[in-house]
Amino acid sequence: MSALPQSFTQKQAFEIAAGVCDPEIPVLTIADLGILRDVELERDGTVAVTITPTYSGCPAMQTIEADVIEALQSAGFSSARVNLVHAPAWTTDWMSAEGKRKLKEYGIAPPAKTPCGRSALFESDAVSCPRCDSKLTSLVSAFGSTACKAHYRCESCLEPFDHFKCI
Amino acid sequence: MQSDHFTYVQRIADDQLVLGQRLAEWCGHAPNVEIDLMLANLGLDLLGQARALYSHAAVLEGKGRDEDQIAFLRTEREYGNLLLLEQDNGDFAKTIVRQFFYAAFMLPFWQKMSTSSDEELAAIAAKAVKEMDYHDQHSAEWLVRLGDGTEESHARAQNALEELWPFCGEMFEMDEIASSLLEQGIAVDSAPLKSTWQRRVADIVDQACLALPQSAFAHSGGRAGVHTEHMGHLLIDLQYMQRTYPGMSW
Repeated sequence: MSALPQSFTQKQAFEIAAGVCDPEIPVLTIADLGILRDVELERDGTVAVTITPTYSGCPAMQTIEADVIEALQSAGFSSARVNLVHAPAWTTDWMSAEGKRKLKEYGIAPPAKTPCGRSALFESDAVSCPRCDSKLTSLVSAFGSTACKAHYRCESCLEPFDHFKCI
Repeated sequence: MQSDHFTYVQRIADDQLVLGQRLAEWCGHAPNVEIDLMLANLGLDLLGQARALYSHAAVLEGKGRDEDQIAFLRTEREYGNLLLLEQDNGDFAKTIVRQFFYAAFMLPFWQKMSTSSDEELAAIAAKAVKEMDYHDQHSAEWLVRLGDGTEESHARAQNALEELWPFCGEMFEMDEIASSLLEQGIAVDSAPLKSTWQRRVADIVDQACLALPQSAFAHSGGRAGVHTEHMGHLLIDLQYMQRTYPGMSW
């Protein structure tokens, strides 16, 4: 017997959806990232989850969608669906303070607050090393392991690291 | 007969798809790994924008087609992309010049589009603005580095400017479809964007120690489906999987 839908609340549905992790940066939940926009519990027990992409071409969106549905169904919700919205456009400012803390602990320098420098090659904003906090860092590649990250090297502790770019 | 609205959204989607495909062709072939990553990621942004636009076009059409059917199963004459975007990659300088010419146009284009009366189009545009902003910046700075670089890189960048310049006029054309949608508040008026574009291009070309081409001749035809020879070759690669295995999905 599956659980009765009426025994669930919107708050429970929200908490389950909010706990789903980003597949590329598994220390962050989709709530930490700020891409979870809304969770509604419809009359028939269906959970409608609204998410927004970080970048237009983010390849993680389909995995996130499948993971959200699976998490809700395995918690006993009879049906769930995910809507993708583009407006308002996501910004790194929506990443929670907790998310930024977890990111740094994981070894990724968190994004600065917008607006941020536009320069690609000739100068770059000072990004602190997430390991030793040195400001003596240099840009290695404007695109790192994913579109949302740039690759840096710390000149003090010599560690390479990713920086989550501000957008 | 398709509605003008559908055709307009589809041709903007075609622009992103075709340039995204061109950038993807660089994967594994770029001058170094950092550039390889950059070109692939810029291409990914464009493919993401194309997907959102095709999905929106499919909704406007209302015939139950999905983004893949629209993107992959048309003949060459049915694609409405700009001729500039289908031009072959050539050398790195040509790819960078093509990217810069286009990004310097699309940044103000998407900014205007973000107030379109078509809310979905406006939402896709507001998202794309953030991406075109760094497409413009990266390609501009690379152009400066190439133009103000070695004799070899300078010569290649100058050749690329001359070769692609005649394909730029098409970006600012307003045909009947675009004009009628402009009246409805859906489309962007591309014509006045020309002066913004010219200022940006002249500034970067100057910083790059290059000479702005002077030719006033402009190719045209992409919006009406009349393409250059490169388009057929691009489509063979792009459509191969869907043509060989119809309906195939990952």
